[in-house]
Amino acid sequence: MTAHLPVLIVALPLAASVIVPLVSLASAPAAFAVACLTLVAGAVASCAALSHVLAHGTLRYELGGWAPPWGIEYVLDPLSGGVAALITLVAVCVVVYAGPQDKGGPARGGMFHGLYLLLVAGLLGIVLTGDLFNLYVFLEISSLAAYALLASGGIRGTVATFRYLIVGTIAATLYLLGTGYLYALTGTLNMADMALRLTAVMDTRAYGAAVVLVVVGLAIKAALFPLHGWLPDAYTYAPAAVTGFIAAVMAKVSAYALFRVLYFVTPADGASAQVLMLLGWVSVVAVLAGSVLAMAQHDIRRMLAYSSVGQMGYIVLGMALGTPAALIGALLHLFSHAVMKGCLFLVVGGIRWRTGIYRISDYTGMGRRMPLTMAAFVVAALAMIGLPPTLGFFSKWYLLSGAVEAGAWLFVAALVLSSLLGVVYFFRVFEVAYLKAPAAGQGTPPRQELPLHMLAPILVLMAAVLVFGLLNQQVVGGIIRHALPGALAP
Amino acid sequence: MSHYPLLAVLVSLLAAGAILLCDRRPNVREAWTFVAAAVKFLLVVSMLPTVLAGGVIEATYAELLPGWSLHLRADLFGLVFALLASGLWILTSIYSIGYMRAGHYTHQTGYFASFAVCLSATMGIAFAGNLITFFLFYEMLTLATYPLVVHDRTEEAVAAGRKYLAYTLGAGQLLLLAIVAIAVVAPGEGFRPGGFLTGTAPLGVLGLVFVLGLIGVGAKAAIMPLHSWLPAAMVAPTPVSALLHAVAVVKAGTFGCVRLVHYVFGVDLLRAMGADTILAVAAALTILLASVRALGEQNLKRRLAYSTVSQLSYIVLGAAIGSTAAVAGAMFHIVAHGFMKITLFFCAGAIYIKTHKLEIPDLAGLGRQMPITFGAFTLGALGLAGTPLCVGFISKWNLGTGALQSGQPVFLAVFVASGILNFAYFFPVVYTAFFGRPGQAVRFDEANPALWAPLAATAIVSLILGIYPNAGLQFYHLAWTAAESVMAGAGQALAGGGTP
Repeated sequence: MTAHLPVLIVALPLAASVIVPLVSLASAPAAFAVACLTLVAGAVASCAALSHVLAHGTLRYELGGWAPPWGIEYVLDPLSGGVAALITLVAVCVVVYAGPQDKGGPARGGMFHGLYLLLVAGLLGIVLTGDLFNLYVFLEISSLAAYALLASGGIRGTVATFRYLIVGTIAATLYLLGTGYLYALTGTLNMADMALRLTAVMDTRAYGAAVVLVVVGLAIKAALFPLHGWLPDAYTYAPAAVTGFIAAVMAKVSAYALFRVLYFVTPADGASAQVLMLLGWVSVVAVLAGSVLAMAQHDIRRMLAYSSVGQMGYIVLGMALGTPAALIGALLHLFSHAVMKGCLFLVVGGIRWRTGIYRISDYTGMGRRMPLTMAAFVVAALAMIGLPPTLGFFSKWYLLSGAVEAGAWLFVAALVLSSLLGVVYFFRVFEVAYLKAPAAGQGTPPRQELPLHMLAPILVLMAAVLVFGLLNQQVVGGIIRHALPGALAP
Repeated sequence: MSHYPLLAVLVSLLAAGAILLCDRRPNVREAWTFVAAAVKFLLVVSMLPTVLAGGVIEATYAELLPGWSLHLRADLFGLVFALLASGLWILTSIYSIGYMRAGHYTHQTGYFASFAVCLSATMGIAFAGNLITFFLFYEMLTLATYPLVVHDRTEEAVAAGRKYLAYTLGAGQLLLLAIVAIAVVAPGEGFRPGGFLTGTAPLGVLGLVFVLGLIGVGAKAAIMPLHSWLPAAMVAPTPVSALLHAVAVVKAGTFGCVRLVHYVFGVDLLRAMGADTILAVAAALTILLASVRALGEQNLKRRLAYSTVSQLSYIVLGAAIGSTAAVAGAMFHIVAHGFMKITLFFCAGAIYIKTHKLEIPDLAGLGRQMPITFGAFTLGALGLAGTPLCVGFISKWNLGTGALQSGQPVFLAVFVASGILNFAYFFPVVYTAFFGRPGQAVRFDEANPALWAPLAATAIVSLILGIYPNAGLQFYHLAWTAAESVMAGAGQALAGGGTP
């Protein structure tokens, strides 16, 4: 059983994504139940797999019994296992939050859950595969599912998604081109095998071109500034649950793929070192630009979306610095930003669902109307700013100490400045929500807290921000240190 | 392992939760505040005998960063601050209830809950055993004070809140940078009397780290030019100004300053870098300039705020001078200024609630209407000016002696000049109140007892401490022992060549 875990984690939601729409034709609640159960089973499986891997070492699975490098291989190591566990756990939170989705008839709920499971399966596939082409396949699977989900948010959502579809397809094509070059150079698609063969060809121009193509493709999917153009609109006009999930993990998975390729496949020096250096400078701009653009928004969803652009810069910045502390920071921030931003988007989506409000200036009195929801918003926002003892503080700590160790003072300044900009755009929301009196004549609106199935996931994520902050050494020492590339791992 | 320090932190945090739940029942809500304040004070006092006997009460909890746990540790200096803050919280709570109810303030639940969280953070700062624990509670204090600053929800209050956040969070980020750098050069070190950084990195690097850290704590300690949030924050209700902007928050800044100078860097390292002179000059300038600014303020609370700015730098200057008497004086001045300044703010609040007047010319004749309040005000003002038999004299005497001991008589001149300026800006107030010509007939009409009882108590305490500085909680003894341990630690660090 354990030996099959790597593929089981992907296959489970993939199979369910076909079954759920069929079940929904018969009974919508049953379809919802199947989706929930599948995701819970996936979460249990990936957590079990992670603890197994941490105890016994990497699990490799040969798909269809074909041995690599010819067959496709699934690799479950501490890195992929950790990200898989993160994806499945967030997926469980969001599916509960989304609820049965049967407003437009049971078939619509079935469609939603089918696509959602497909998206989860695609992301898990990207994470667990040990094959570069297979990664492309799952990249497209997850993207197609995401396009459909994002487009379901009304006409503006459809337009935004169309743009994302074009940009995303270009990104995937660039990635595929790069992979093609690498295949032509080495004759293999298996990541571990390719890592061995690339040292021989790393002086060729084709290799340099391949690395650049792969990195640009993935950077677009990860919404790294200035390739982020698709993200704000796509996040803004999508349904709440969809944005919650996609904002939490989808760009992170692309960042994970970037990390996997640059630290586990390509040789450390040569083209990838130059690309990483460039990425470092780009990410400094990303960190600042994302924060500045977030300050300029009136729509809270766009504010959070631009803040995501900045935060992706944090992750890439850590990767670019490449010291152990910085890489720990990057991976921990991958985790912490998923939890924080997931929580924030679920809150904002919930408020819009309940009250129709999405402009920051309309948030007056929200602290009284939805006290628990807004409390979660405050905690997650403080974590985004990076105040102790939240998770966001500790990931920033590692990034900062990595930058100080490396003597990269400009990066240090960018990180500090970005925190302060974060103070500006989040406290602006607090001021309106808690301090500004509702416009005259409106009186205090009644308390309208979210229903339990929406509130519970929000509070779970809020608690995670605090609990994992205090227990961050367990995460860092227990998982992330083992997930670092060979030379840096303990 | 003893959990007393943690309990002292947690008790008001839990009370804050209880206070929020009792939104609809004000009397139950206020009962929680009193229970928490009393329990906290008893917890802190119960640690006094062990610490006086030379012991340390400490415990470590979750490891937050490699080598750095959540470490709570009650030592001599920490206890000085914790005793002061927790003791004054009881009096401030009585005063708060009187003030908030008499002033018909709204959002009182949030007010009392934030206050409780502030006190938790203050205890955490006092008991922090290492820099990361300190920083955690330091930022918590910043956040918990924000709702109190903006409590009025007016435009002015919101603007003051923004200013407050800009200064304190901005400085906090620089402090974070300094802590990150210290973690890189000396991982896992806790506060140690005499410091632990000697020889860990080139002097230039340590100098930069010191400046960053000093800005970090200096903003809360209102060292010029980082002070301007403090007068702006006077828009908060007066009990907030009294306990937080005269005792807890600003003292957390000076406390952090002393910790940084004497428990992280060490005075010898500072002298080697030449940073002690820079710090001392900055503090001396702050003392004088803020006193001059105070002369020009016609609003009583703002005048008190500038006086606070000036007095806080006594503590910083004492830490920078770095002789035993100066450090002891600095530590004791945390207590002395606490009792005197809270008295003055309580008086300002009582006057405001009774008459809605805070402009100094409007106070004419009020001394005869509110003799208790203005009597206490006079005592506090005399103390701040350093009159013998008042508590301010004790700390000033030590600070002055310390300046002479270390061969820097110029700072003695600063203390003397500041004393004169103190008279100059407080005595017009006292004179106007008692001898000014009132607009109408005056008869005895004090504020309600919940307002005048606490201020009478703090005034009397500041008089008692001026005559018997060791009365009750042994503040003077604690400060001196702490200063001696710092000096002994500095000697060891020098003898050991900095090897840990």
